[in-house]
Amino acid sequence: MRAHPAEYELVAPRTLPSVLSLLAQEPGVWLPIAGGTDVMVQYCAGELPTRKLVSIWNLPELRRMEVFTDEIQIGAGCTYTDLREQEVVSREFTLLSSAARWTGGIANQNRGTIGGNIVNASPAADSLAALLVYEAELLLVSVRGERRVPYTSFHIDYRKTQLAPDELIRAVCLKKRFSEYYAHARKVGARNAQAISKVCLAALGRLADGVVGDIRLAMGSVAPIPLRLTETERIVKGKRIDPLLVRLARTTAAAEVRPIDDIRSTARYRAAVAGNLVAEFLQQLTAAGMKT
Amino acid sequence: MSKSSQDGAKCEISLSVNGRLVTVRVHAMERLLDVLRHELGLTGTKEGCGEGECGSCSVLLNGILVNSCLIPVLQANGANIVTIEGLSTDGRLRVLQQAFLDCGGAQCGICTPGMILAALHLLKEKPQPTLEEIREGLAGNLCRCTGYMQIFEAVVEAGRRGATT
Amino acid sequence: MKNTRIVGTSVPRLEGRDKVTGQARYVDDMVLPGMLYGATVRSRIPRGEIKKFTFGPGIDWKEFVIVSPKDIPGKNCIALIEDDQPCLADGTVNHPEEPLLLLAHPDRYLLPKAVEAVSVEYDPLPAIFSMEESEGLSQIIWGTNNTFKSYLIEKGDVDALWKNADYIVEGEYTTGAQEQLYIENNGMIAAFDVQQGLTVWGSLQCPYYIHKALMKLCDLPADRVRVVQMETGGAFGGKEEYPSMIAAHAALLAMKSGKPVKIIYDRMEDMTATTKRHPSRTRHRTAVSKDGRILGGEIEFTIDGGAYETLSPVVLSRGALHAGGSYYWPSVRIRAKAVATNAPPHGAFRGFGAPQSLFALERHMDRIAQAVGLSPVEIRRPNFLKPGQTTTTGQTVREEIDLGRLLDRALELSDYHAKKKKFAEENQQGGSKKGIGIAAFLHGAGFTGSGERYLGSVVGVEACADGSVRVLVSSTEFGQGTKTVLCQIAAEALGLRYEDVGIAQPDTQEVPNSGPTVASRTVMVVGKLVQSAALGIRQTLRARGLLEDSYSPEEFCAACRAYVAEHGKFRSIARYEQPDDVVWDEEKYRGSAYAAFAWAVYVAEVKVDLTTYSVSVDDFVALQEVGKVLHPVLAKGQIIGGVAQAIGFALYEKVIWEQGRMQNGQMTNYIMPTSADLPSIRVYFEELGNVHGAFGAKGIGELPMDGPAPAIVNAVEDALEVPFDSIPLLPEDIFDALAERMDQ
Repeated sequence: MRAHPAEYELVAPRTLPSVLSLLAQEPGVWLPIAGGTDVMVQYCAGELPTRKLVSIWNLPELRRMEVFTDEIQIGAGCTYTDLREQEVVSREFTLLSSAARWTGGIANQNRGTIGGNIVNASPAADSLAALLVYEAELLLVSVRGERRVPYTSFHIDYRKTQLAPDELIRAVCLKKRFSEYYAHARKVGARNAQAISKVCLAALGRLADGVVGDIRLAMGSVAPIPLRLTETERIVKGKRIDPLLVRLARTTAAAEVRPIDDIRSTARYRAAVAGNLVAEFLQQLTAAGMKT
Repeated sequence: MSKSSQDGAKCEISLSVNGRLVTVRVHAMERLLDVLRHELGLTGTKEGCGEGECGSCSVLLNGILVNSCLIPVLQANGANIVTIEGLSTDGRLRVLQQAFLDCGGAQCGICTPGMILAALHLLKEKPQPTLEEIREGLAGNLCRCTGYMQIFEAVVEAGRRGATT
Repeated sequence: MKNTRIVGTSVPRLEGRDKVTGQARYVDDMVLPGMLYGATVRSRIPRGEIKKFTFGPGIDWKEFVIVSPKDIPGKNCIALIEDDQPCLADGTVNHPEEPLLLLAHPDRYLLPKAVEAVSVEYDPLPAIFSMEESEGLSQIIWGTNNTFKSYLIEKGDVDALWKNADYIVEGEYTTGAQEQLYIENNGMIAAFDVQQGLTVWGSLQCPYYIHKALMKLCDLPADRVRVVQMETGGAFGGKEEYPSMIAAHAALLAMKSGKPVKIIYDRMEDMTATTKRHPSRTRHRTAVSKDGRILGGEIEFTIDGGAYETLSPVVLSRGALHAGGSYYWPSVRIRAKAVATNAPPHGAFRGFGAPQSLFALERHMDRIAQAVGLSPVEIRRPNFLKPGQTTTTGQTVREEIDLGRLLDRALELSDYHAKKKKFAEENQQGGSKKGIGIAAFLHGAGFTGSGERYLGSVVGVEACADGSVRVLVSSTEFGQGTKTVLCQIAAEALGLRYEDVGIAQPDTQEVPNSGPTVASRTVMVVGKLVQSAALGIRQTLRARGLLEDSYSPEEFCAACRAYVAEHGKFRSIARYEQPDDVVWDEEKYRGSAYAAFAWAVYVAEVKVDLTTYSVSVDDFVALQEVGKVLHPVLAKGQIIGGVAQAIGFALYEKVIWEQGRMQNGQMTNYIMPTSADLPSIRVYFEELGNVHGAFGAKGIGELPMDGPAPAIVNAVEDALEVPFDSIPLLPEDIFDALAERMDQ
């Protein structure tokens, strides 16, 4: 344990407005901490630059799920376990429940939150690719009010987001329009559990009259931010899936991603696997299509 | 000038640990793990990695399995904590603990407290878990000695014997 | 073999109750009054001269105890085989993380910051990081030629082989460093009192190694150094020699401050600064006859010892002695050497050289099979050692081991032939590829050659006032079941109940030196001495007329009570004697290397996912002949645990080095298998007995580490038809190999 607790301040206001006031008073000074599964690792390693933290763990305004006719709003303070336990998520947004299931072990799923995953903004974060293909919107809240931003533009660069220094994510909004889609998610890590992803794919597809009606592909760990493979989507959309298209999609995806060599893996491996994951998805989409 | 005793920055935390209400005066950012071990002398909960990977520090917080090395004690204010010491307060072993003994589930013993709590947490949800469910339920608890199989056998056996007690 | 009542049954683990209730006390669970916490300032460069220390701002240094080399009362070394490893670097640094200074303070939270605040100026020197660089001699970093030790094992006439060989098969095989990754980090507490002397408590395997090292470091006589083992959370060799270093550090701080000092490493410090398995490189050149018989060969076995000698000569020895495996070599030349690099010294890890050389050999056997056009099964069968034949060192196999039959049984248990055929067919269809592979091997138990004689282990069994009997050994429990099995042995030997026997916690003040808890020797060698010492108690009681020829456990206990009441506590001692038939020539490196070998055949079934290139082990059969199984649950636990670690060695555990420093020193980035990654490991035993082991037992602790890696890599080659000769074998490596093959 390489940090001295006496040098840190942690406060836990009881309500969201009090937290927001604090953030507004001293923007950029107070680091919000929810479940702590990212922040505390940095802290224990002696690598947390911030000395002041504000706990947003278990704030009722943040840890609730609201189901509307056309969308659901997942509170940013919902844990991965919360996500796994919500029937509407496993029914309508399976990519998100897959991501929740493969994050860490049970103990970390019980504490890690979707808001924390987004704000920590690791390119390897487990749930972000799913949010991209679902075209989530984020409700950002501050003393100045609330704004809704498309998730697709939330990440600006490596660990840089649109979040203002006095803002929190209040909820993640997901439109209920994907139940007709075939959904597929896969995480490639160094081992089957408790692994940081080397590459991960969240994919949605819909066949219409034997051609690809719609396709959405997003990946983690292949760029500084979670990446929508728009180019690969473009060459697949409207086409019939045959071995030639699968091969083209594979090479396009492998070229579209921008992975790096790092402590966990190599760029060339990640690119190749990215291509393979897309090819695998298209094959599964075909098989699923043939069943209906 | 050392900042070793900033008493003014400490706060009072009250929590129930193994059924007993305790109040400690600690820094808000002390890890729950360290408060359990140092303030309360409950050394059954272990530190294996300090990064939430090994699960040796697992405890139950309001009935939920958590890694206590990742919890600032302020966030445990008012919580109910169960540690390994809380399982056999009357000197009698729980069904799960006996199953660990019978099946060889503990070798060096350092992962055992966390592993038992994780298994207890699993058995509460799934009293007769399948091997796959056990694999998943214990995936956050690393063991270097056993290769896991005899731990799984212990959990299956505990389920068979009715281990939610 | 006589029927046994206790030995051979799965009695409760002696200290098990404490472990499942959280009562077991590990070193970090202990607090002494007035205790300080200690930490180590370490080198950030791999090699150089230390110019200056600066104690930076923001810390009140007056509050700290600071220890430097000049505070060392005795010799600045961690005594082991050589005295070349300093306790604190004295002017020269030879590896990253080398200890330079020690700090202590009452507030444990302050120490990491204080360590960071010490800056060191160096004159760097060029450093070397690979065996090849070390051999190249561009820098001499140790001795005259960077070589800690070399061995030459010769048998027959190797040079005459080549012209008559129908095939000459060559191969080079490498294994990487592996971290022991015990879940409990290294830790020690030391206290010094001018009257009593020095006491250390800690997580350790070998109390007397530490005792010897502290005597020399602190210039104290034997009776003023006391080492006490606490419950130890895993060791695997990683706490064989390293604890002497951390004990030395705690001791120096305790002596300087006059207060007890506790040093507990965190995970990153433990991973980056302490020992790992020696990386290895083995080159085979084998002459083979038309029908697949090994005529002989040359084996060059090289290990990377890191910056100081430590135990490298012994790891080298075991690796060299296992390099020929369980085959008959009519002629062989084994050239083995351990070389120096500027990395933290590598050290003991389960298997101790044998997993390295056996990986090479068992991969090479599959290569020979391909060259000759035989299957992996049929290349092995005719080459197996048979009773009456000699090993590479000329040791005659005296037991009736039938390795061909062992192989057949393993093949049957794993359904090898049917699966191999099925996989070959299914692999044509695309998707993932499956394969099945074998490894046949042996593991010599006990110290090599004259090692046990040199150790001269002493064991005590004591009759106690309450009528119970207590085993006194320095052999430590760290999960493998030492306490349980030694008490079983004593109870069996004396016809008592398991509950009538206890065992002292290893404390050098209390127990004799039964040797280190290593080399798979505890049950076999120490157990046999426990047996003898126990019988000595009975002999004495009978001689005093306190015990009839046949007696009940209660009568025995009553006799003990009576004896102790009259004469005081009685301790029966047994000392190791080298069996007459275990003769070893240390000069020529020939003769009986080990008193007993355990034999094994392992079969691994793998699936290679062609989307991700990752390998999963879907089924694993571990069949071994172990003399006698003294405790079925514990024995099975040893095999499964060892196989799991070896699966990690083969497929997951990679140390990423940069300039001699481990870059992935966290559990997040050093990947060991979780419960979701391991298959059901199926374990089977055979028992041929062993005259040199307690109740016929052979050592089994390290055996399971030797076979899985080659079996798995053989299986991967079977699946992909691409050879891999280096471990760990990661998905990235498989991808690179397949991509390269596609390009060609």
